[in-house]
Amino acid sequence: MDNIAGTKSSLTWAVHLSVAFLVILWLFPTVGLFVSSFRTADQIATSGWWKAMFAAEQNLQLRTAGPDDQVQDGALYVIEGNVLEGSEAKGISAWGTSARDTQAYEPGETVELRDGSRMTLDGEGNYRLESDAPFEGRRGERVFATATVPPEFTLQNYRNMLFDPSNREGMTRAFFSTLTVTIPATIIPILIAAFAAYALAWMEFPGRALLIAAVVGLLVVPLQLALIPLLKFHNAIGIGKGYLGVWFAHTGFGLPLAIYLLRNYMVGLPRDIIENAKVDGATDFQIFTRIILPLSFPALASFAIFQFLWTWNDLLVAMVFLVDATGETTVMTKQIVELLGTRGGNWEILATAAFISMAVPIIVFFAMQRYLVRGLLAGSVK
Amino acid sequence: MHPALQGLVTIVVGVGGCVGYFYLSNFLLDRFLLPARAYSAEESAARRRTGTIIVFLLPALLIAALYIAYFGLDGIFTSTGLFWLAIVLALIFGLWRLRDYVYGEGELTAGRNISHANMIRPWLFLLPAILALGLYLTYPVFETLRLSVTQRNFSTGSYDFVGLQNYAQMMDEPKFWEAMRNNMLWLIVVPALSTGFGLLVAQLTDRISWGNIAKMFIFMPMAISFVGASVIWKLVYDARPEGQGQIGILNALWVNLGGDPQNWLTLPFWNNFFLMAVLIWIQTGFAMVILSAALRGIPEETVEAAIVDGAGPFQIFFKIKVPQIVPTIVVVWTTITLVVLKVFDIVFAMTNGQWGTQVLANYMYSKLFTANDWGVGSASAMVIMLLVTPILVWNVRNARREMK
Repeated sequence: MDNIAGTKSSLTWAVHLSVAFLVILWLFPTVGLFVSSFRTADQIATSGWWKAMFAAEQNLQLRTAGPDDQVQDGALYVIEGNVLEGSEAKGISAWGTSARDTQAYEPGETVELRDGSRMTLDGEGNYRLESDAPFEGRRGERVFATATVPPEFTLQNYRNMLFDPSNREGMTRAFFSTLTVTIPATIIPILIAAFAAYALAWMEFPGRALLIAAVVGLLVVPLQLALIPLLKFHNAIGIGKGYLGVWFAHTGFGLPLAIYLLRNYMVGLPRDIIENAKVDGATDFQIFTRIILPLSFPALASFAIFQFLWTWNDLLVAMVFLVDATGETTVMTKQIVELLGTRGGNWEILATAAFISMAVPIIVFFAMQRYLVRGLLAGSVK
Repeated sequence: MHPALQGLVTIVVGVGGCVGYFYLSNFLLDRFLLPARAYSAEESAARRRTGTIIVFLLPALLIAALYIAYFGLDGIFTSTGLFWLAIVLALIFGLWRLRDYVYGEGELTAGRNISHANMIRPWLFLLPAILALGLYLTYPVFETLRLSVTQRNFSTGSYDFVGLQNYAQMMDEPKFWEAMRNNMLWLIVVPALSTGFGLLVAQLTDRISWGNIAKMFIFMPMAISFVGASVIWKLVYDARPEGQGQIGILNALWVNLGGDPQNWLTLPFWNNFFLMAVLIWIQTGFAMVILSAALRGIPEETVEAAIVDGAGPFQIFFKIKVPQIVPTIVVVWTTITLVVLKVFDIVFAMTNGQWGTQVLANYMYSKLFTANDWGVGSASAMVIMLLVTPILVWNVRNARREMK
């Protein structure tokens, strides 16, 4: 409101700040999951995702070099080296040699181990093991250290969920399953609805007003009512559970909105064009395909986006009409719900799966936002 | 066959079938049934004879044969047999009338043919849509009503009429009343807060330079599935035992403020509100888009006049702008109400109705597909339908008024 006379500038600042606050509030949950999908299971479990951008203290389990590397220094046998070699971590703040007390010692402290040897570890990770007798065995000493690990992101989660054929929980099959449901379920209702909308918008016949009212009424009928009757019907005609059934169902459920949106748009097209074409001898079929369809592109695009988002994101219709006991045709939403049940705490799996399913709608959303907004404005029943 | 290939074939068959149907039916109508030319009395009589055979007799015999083949002669006198007999007779009668309508008697002018063709054509355009809407939306309403007053008999496979017994059984279940109570809570809280936040954002972003970007981000959850949103918010609500670092942002804040970590989704009663937050988060963008357009549509003069009269920004908003967009607010409110009545995915994915978070749609789903009780499941579906009906009636009345 900065251009209204007499408005205090403090109010303008308040507006900017509150909008910024709301935007952050709205983005925060999504960003959290997004960041988590690029972190390893350990990272997710030990620190909040908002700490992922910064170096964080982590408990590491490390090992010194083995007895093979020992050198004799006078009467002493010595092993020297750096435990942090090869790892990104640096800056040890505490360490220990037992899993029960991983933060027992300060850096720089010298401690006696069980076998009589002495160990020193400094903040940089340099260690020195001394013993009066030769070191034996093959493996080095275990060391638990609390060290600062720089931020690290990985694509491994996506590799596991998308490109690992041995992963039974992978999303690839579900992704293609969703795609297979979505595309026919978007295209077919548009075609059927476009013809019906043209008839309802530009043809005169008895019962037209009644039909339009019926479409408006069907707009709000909950699809929950249709589940059992249609499942019975699909079983009776022999298509059972499968893609065909889910395509039919989405077509039926999407039609009222499609007809309503398209009719409202077509009614607004200029009457002159249609009448001129009729005078020139064009048939209704020609008028429809040559004039109305191209002119209605914005409305067709609006509905296509709606139907696409709705079928892609749908869970209920897919569960009832598509996914059978074998789970061969499971869609992404269904698979995520299953993962929520079986892998409730494995956020690296859940976050990645969720983002794989959300990627396509979000791209479509940002690419075609204009049409989506237009469709919303036309589609909410006035 | 590979599903992707099957999908491709379906697109081709579906699209081709639709286009073919529309093209061929119009072609037949204009070329053979009612060409735009005049007929003498003899010609029209000859056409009437062949038309009777092709348009009436052959299809009628085909329908009758199909009926007999399916039901047999004994099956006619059962209730379904008689029901379908009525439909078959109506169809045959319709064909007879169609023949009369197409093939007139005596001399026919081209104008008569054209006008008759134009009376038939809308129905050709509408037929697939009417069939789909009738079968997939209208028929289920009545079938569900029927199922809700019957009990499935698993030994004979028949459906026995039991009156209102399913409804009575449902009313006796505490889970049903829990679902009703929660649905009412959802119905009050979600539309109110979504519309409120939407209005707030729409107003605040109206005059700032980066308003469109801000709106885009708040609108974005609309593209996210309810299931995806459930995963997003489950991470927000995640709880770790006391002493461990919290990875859910809500608990991290809560612990920072001095509280003990909470399992937000199992807190009785309040967990409902944590589920509602997910839907509010999604629906605010919708409300914002519609209300923002409405705010822009307010005539500038009314606002300017208020400024001249010395109104402050809050007075302008509440006394000038809001009263002018009340109709749009009502539309947004009812649309979100409809979404709330059908809310299923969020509850199913996050709690599955446990810990006192049951809602009607999820209750119905568990009755239908977990308990396999179609009677009670249908009865609860009818309750949802009943709750939707006022909005349905109101919408239809508004639409009719607008058309006049």
